[in-house]
Amino acid sequence: MEPSTQKLIHTFGALADLGQEIAGAGDFTEMVRTSMHLLLGTLALRRGAVVECSGPGPLRCVATWGLGDQALNGFEIDEKELESFLDGEIRESLCKYRDKLANEGIELVVPMVVRGEVTGLVLLGGKASGEEFSNDDFETIRAMVRHIGVGIHTHRLLEQVAQRAEENRRLYDELRTIYRDTVRAFAAAIDIKDKYTQGHSERVGRYSEIIARELGWSEEEVEGIQIAGYLHDIGKLIVDRDIINAPYKIDAKNSSELNRHPNAGYEILAPIRHPYADIPFMAKHHHERLDGRGYPDGLTDQQIPMGAKIVSLADSFDAMTTDRPYKRRRSFEDVVIDLRENSGKQFDGKVVAAFARAILKEVKGETRERRITKMLGKSYLESDQVETLLTDLIADLEDVDRIYKIFQDEQDLSCKS
Amino acid sequence: MDTPNGGQVRSHCVGTTAVVYASDYLNKLSGEKIERECRRQLNCGCRALVIDFSDTKLVNSIGISILLGIIDVAEKSGAQIVFSDVNNQTVELFEMLGLTRHVALAKDEREALLNLSHFETTTPVVH
Repeated sequence: MEPSTQKLIHTFGALADLGQEIAGAGDFTEMVRTSMHLLLGTLALRRGAVVECSGPGPLRCVATWGLGDQALNGFEIDEKELESFLDGEIRESLCKYRDKLANEGIELVVPMVVRGEVTGLVLLGGKASGEEFSNDDFETIRAMVRHIGVGIHTHRLLEQVAQRAEENRRLYDELRTIYRDTVRAFAAAIDIKDKYTQGHSERVGRYSEIIARELGWSEEEVEGIQIAGYLHDIGKLIVDRDIINAPYKIDAKNSSELNRHPNAGYEILAPIRHPYADIPFMAKHHHERLDGRGYPDGLTDQQIPMGAKIVSLADSFDAMTTDRPYKRRRSFEDVVIDLRENSGKQFDGKVVAAFARAILKEVKGETRERRITKMLGKSYLESDQVETLLTDLIADLEDVDRIYKIFQDEQDLSCKS
Repeated sequence: MDTPNGGQVRSHCVGTTAVVYASDYLNKLSGEKIERECRRQLNCGCRALVIDFSDTKLVNSIGISILLGIIDVAEKSGAQIVFSDVNNQTVELFEMLGLTRHVALAKDEREALLNLSHFETTTPVVH
C-alpha cells in the first residue's frame, strides 16, 4: 500500500473514532484524554496536553501524555494573549512560558475556538519520526482540535443545563415546602374554629398518608393524599362556629348546614392549582358512603374516588378515637367493631384492611416510628386484645374481599354467556 | 512461565527481559492494559521489554499513542525495547509514523530475546 494511502486510512480511522468519542455520553475527562490520544496517535506525537480556560486566568489541565506530572502547574493566560488565539492559528508556544514549554518538548500550541470563544488549548510535542510538521499535518491537527473544542464546549453547556436543573429542583422543593407549610397552617386555622377537634385535620392528613403508603401508593400520591387530609374540612370555614362547637348532638337544620362543608370545600379548593391531583374531589367526597347513603352526592362504591375513601376512613377513625363535646372517645375494641360492621357499607374494606395492617405493624414493633400510637396516646393500643382484634379484622376483610372477587368473576362470566 | 496478571495481559520474564503479549486489536482498552503491564515490569527491575505482536491484526491511533508512551517510559528507565512478530501492514504503519526510529523490530520472540541477550544479567527479576 502507498504510504500516503495508508496515512489517509489511519487519519480517517482516527477521525471516525474521535467523532464517536466526542458524541459519546461518557466521563468528560476520559473523553478528553481519549481524544488527545487519538490526536497524538494520528501523527505519532510523543507528548501533548489539553488545557481548559474560561477567560483570562489559570489554565486547567484536563489531560497530559508524556509530560511531567506538574509540567503545566500554575500556568496562566492573560487577556491579550487569549484574544490573540481567537484567530484559531497554531502558535509555537505561549509567550510567558516559552522556555518551560520548550524544555518539556512542546512544539505547537493550538487554540480550541468555538463560537468566538477560546475554550482551551492543545499543546503538542514533536513527531516520533523527527520530521517537521507538514501542511497536511496542520490541517489534520486543526480538524481534530476543532472536534475536541466542540466536545469541551458541549460539556460546558451540559454542565450549565445540569446546574440550572439543579437550581430549579431546589426552587421546586422550596416551593413544595412552602405549599405544605401553608396547607398545614390552613389546617390549623380550620381546627381552631372547632375547639373540640384541635389537631383533627393534621391527624387526618397523617392517617391518610399512612393508609395510602400501606396501599402501595407512590411517594407523590402519598404527599397528595396527606394534603387532602389536611384540607378535607376547609369547607367548615363557612359554617357557623356555634354549629361546629355545639356541645350536644345538632338538630336536622344545623346538620344540613354542617353538611354543606364538603361542597364548600370543593368550591374553595377547585380554583387552586395544586401540585397534586384530585385534592378538591377528595374534600368533596369524604362523607360519601359505599352504600350510597353519604353526602353531598350520594355516590356509591366505584363512583367514589379512592382518595376520598381513604380520607373518609381517616376522618371517621379520628372522630371515634378523640373526645367530642357530646361523647368521650370509644375504646379500640369498639372502634374495630364499628370498622368491621361498616366495611362495605360506609368504608371500603380494602382501605380498612390497609389501615388495620399499618396499626398492627406498629403494635408488633415492626415499624421504626410509632406515629399512630403517638396520635392516639401511649396507653390506647396497650391492651393485649389489640393484636388479636386487628389480626381477626384483617383476616375477615380479606375473606370478604376474596368472596367479592369470586362473585364479581361469576357475574362477569354470566354477562359474557 | 506466563503470568496472567488478572487474566488480562499475558507476560513472562526471561532473565531481566519481560515479554508482554499484545492482543488481536491494539486499541485504548488493550493498550492501557499493556502499558500498565510494561510499567509494572519496569518497576520490578526489568531492563528490557519485548512486546510481542504475533496475535495483533490491527493497531489504531490510540494504540500508537500508547506505544509511544511505553517507548518514552522505557527510554527514561534506560530499558531497551523490541517489538516482535509484527505483521507487514503494522510494520508499514510503524515505519510511516516513525516508531521504528525508537524501537528495534524482530522476526519473533526468540530473535528479540537473542538481540537483547547482551543486556541479560544473571539476576532474574523478582515479582
